Amino acid sequence: MNVPLLEAQGLKKSFGGVAALKGVDFRLMAGSVHALCGGNGAGKSTFLSIIMGIISRDAGLLKCKGELVDFQNPAQALQAGISIIEQELSPVPAMSVAENMFLGREPVNRWGVVSFKEMNAAAQKILDDLGFPLSAKQVMMNLTVAQLQLVEIAKALSYDSDIIIMDEPTSALGEKEVEQLFAAIAVLKSRGKGVIYVSHRLGEIMDISDHYTIFRDGQYIETGDIEDVDRNKLIELIVGRPLEEEFVKQNKPKDKIVLELEKLTNGELIQDVSLKAHEGEILVLYGLMGAGRTEIFENIFGLSGKGCTLKINGEQVHIKSAQDAIDNGLAFVTKDRKGSGLVMSEDVRANICLADLKNLGNAVKMNGKKETSAAKRMIDLFSIKTASDKLKVSGLSGGNQQKVVLGKWFLTNPDILLLDEPTRGVDVGAKREIYRVMSEFAENGGTVIMSSSEIDEVLGMADQILVVRDGLISGEISRADATPQQLMHLSV
Amino acid sequence: MKIVTPAEGQENLSVKVRMIQFTQQYGIFLALVACCVFLAFANEYFLTTRNVLNILRQTSINGILAIGMTFVILTRGIDLSVGSIVAFTGVVAASLATTSSSAMVAGGPYPAIIAIMAGISVGMICGGISGLVVSRFHVPAFVATLGMLSAARGLTLIYAGGKPVPALTPEFRWIGTGNILGIPMPVVILVIVFAIAWWVLNFSRFGRYVYAAGGNPHAAKVSGINVGKIQFIVYAISGGLAAVGGMVLAARTGSGLTQAGIAYELDAIAAVVIGGTSLSGGVGRITGTLIGALLIGVMNNGLDLMGVESYYQQVIKGMLIVAAVMLDQSKNKH
Repeated sequence: MNVPLLEAQGLKKSFGGVAALKGVDFRLMAGSVHALCGGNGAGKSTFLSIIMGIISRDAGLLKCKGELVDFQNPAQALQAGISIIEQELSPVPAMSVAENMFLGREPVNRWGVVSFKEMNAAAQKILDDLGFPLSAKQVMMNLTVAQLQLVEIAKALSYDSDIIIMDEPTSALGEKEVEQLFAAIAVLKSRGKGVIYVSHRLGEIMDISDHYTIFRDGQYIETGDIEDVDRNKLIELIVGRPLEEEFVKQNKPKDKIVLELEKLTNGELIQDVSLKAHEGEILVLYGLMGAGRTEIFENIFGLSGKGCTLKINGEQVHIKSAQDAIDNGLAFVTKDRKGSGLVMSEDVRANICLADLKNLGNAVKMNGKKETSAAKRMIDLFSIKTASDKLKVSGLSGGNQQKVVLGKWFLTNPDILLLDEPTRGVDVGAKREIYRVMSEFAENGGTVIMSSSEIDEVLGMADQILVVRDGLISGEISRADATPQQLMHLSV
Repeated sequence: MKIVTPAEGQENLSVKVRMIQFTQQYGIFLALVACCVFLAFANEYFLTTRNVLNILRQTSINGILAIGMTFVILTRGIDLSVGSIVAFTGVVAASLATTSSSAMVAGGPYPAIIAIMAGISVGMICGGISGLVVSRFHVPAFVATLGMLSAARGLTLIYAGGKPVPALTPEFRWIGTGNILGIPMPVVILVIVFAIAWWVLNFSRFGRYVYAAGGNPHAAKVSGINVGKIQFIVYAISGGLAAVGGMVLAARTGSGLTQAGIAYELDAIAAVVIGGTSLSGGVGRITGTLIGALLIGVMNNGLDLMGVESYYQQVIKGMLIVAAVMLDQSKNKH
């Protein structure tokens, strides 16, 4: 009766002489949600890859429902009743929701022809059971990122596996969708399934998990019941040292208006958005995924195509391109690090220098010394962990990659920092570092406009909060008056 | 008994890793050296000055085209039109430098420099049009330059009335047949073009832009780089260098031929790919391209010397292209 669904003992794995897992244990019981916690580089991904048979282990045992297993590929793991909701989405854009869900196992009739009717009905039933407001016939490329994530979740659950691994399932979801997911998880628990839940969002872990296991730097730290720990204890275990204040905030907004946007409208995405950002202020745009926050940033930064008129330090400027924005003292850390933040094929130095090339040499010859020293300055400022500035950014951890993006923008000496979900997919330690940088920047007279969908972060960092819903500003709240309920209420 | 400490073990490993990395990084260069050493022993004629110059001369036009192609491929593009531009610009320049009154346009013959400037302008305009279609109208590079491949060939035939443009002035012919200090002019031109391109890609701001725009156009755009402009310029460069190649070819053969340069784009792409530049953009070195072009040249020459039929040469070249990319792919795995 009490045989664990999944049990790992002493798993080890090294890559090219570097140990990624140094002997970790894990036990997942039926009918429970087990949170797997750790910073970036703790070995969570390696551990999950071993379970799924994507990579082989060097040492250790893996038992599934009491039997020793050794999966050679993901298909075998799936066969044994383990499915995964991956962090990186992999949709086939031109196919329908149902086709994506049943990819590779389409129901066929006796002539070998796919039975679309049956497939659509089956997919729709799964979606309805989960309470996801999606039609099985919709084409994937018309969906928002949050909806794609829901499809991915529905797909993983449709295998009817006993063990479901969720790797950052909520990173692209808004509060409403998160609630739907949690309701689905509750149903899974009641059916006796086991869920391995990986997330950097500690609030969620506290909400839905029964047990936790902590990895740090490839090492097994401890396992316990969630009800025996609190959030701070969990952070301490993850970062491995006594907790400092989670949010670092010393800035005080001044009266001077630095950036003023009046009635910005762009198609149906943004309507009548006005905002005022002051010197030394951290202004937060709170809202759900797809509410229009990214579009507001892109407009301000001259990336929307038609340009944007706004007032900077009281003077009216028209920004037509990113270069205009940079010239006006703006910097924009995009949400999608890999997609629009970094050039993954290039090294740390090239990425840090990218937005400031005009000041690091003339048109005929770049100044190599200047580039090197600029990169070094930023590596030191953000304590970026890299062996050398000539290392490709693709080899860095997520948190360090994000610091490279920040370094790129700080090199341009901006006055106004636009941060679109700056801590998405970043571990607790690196998050704190980013908060510290934001706070210092504002304290020294800079202006920060940040978007966030994490309520804790919003309450911890914001001086002023604008709630964005469906491309509109649906409310404005100051730091002193803000409550989680109010934010939630205004955002949906 | 020797006890290996973990630190030493690490060092041994890293030496081995380093050797593998060296082979991967300089694999093409090593292949070229190996090829030359083998041929030097296999055929006494191979290493003679005459033959070496011959190889270099035969490589020069493809080398020049491949350098332009490298710029384009680094930005995730491709330029299929260079072969047609070779013919078009060859004919245009020839028509200004011919002494044959029937093939002449607007009087002439003009001084070589006028003919050359005209040729380069036409090449850059053709390339620029492709670049505009790609950057402004977001037509895939393959399609845009496929269109130019056909259009430029047609324009060549229209312009020349379907006939070759013969009897070029000795002054113009010098860029194909002359030499400086015993080095053939085509080779001198290749070296100059290479040196400039090497500088631009490694040291100029534009070079940084090219790598960034190819590596991640979105990130480049957000960082203030005008990606469309970069795209436009690289196609103009490719067209301009195709013109240089076209005029060298016309000067060498003594006439502008409407059927010149057919399938030259494929050899240029082959040199770039063999040289390790990734078709997905942002990764590659101009020295690799030069080595790739030389490797193709040496191989063709060596197989000729050994009496291998040209039919087989094509098969071997095909295998080389695929093998080079396979080597590259193995580099991407850790």
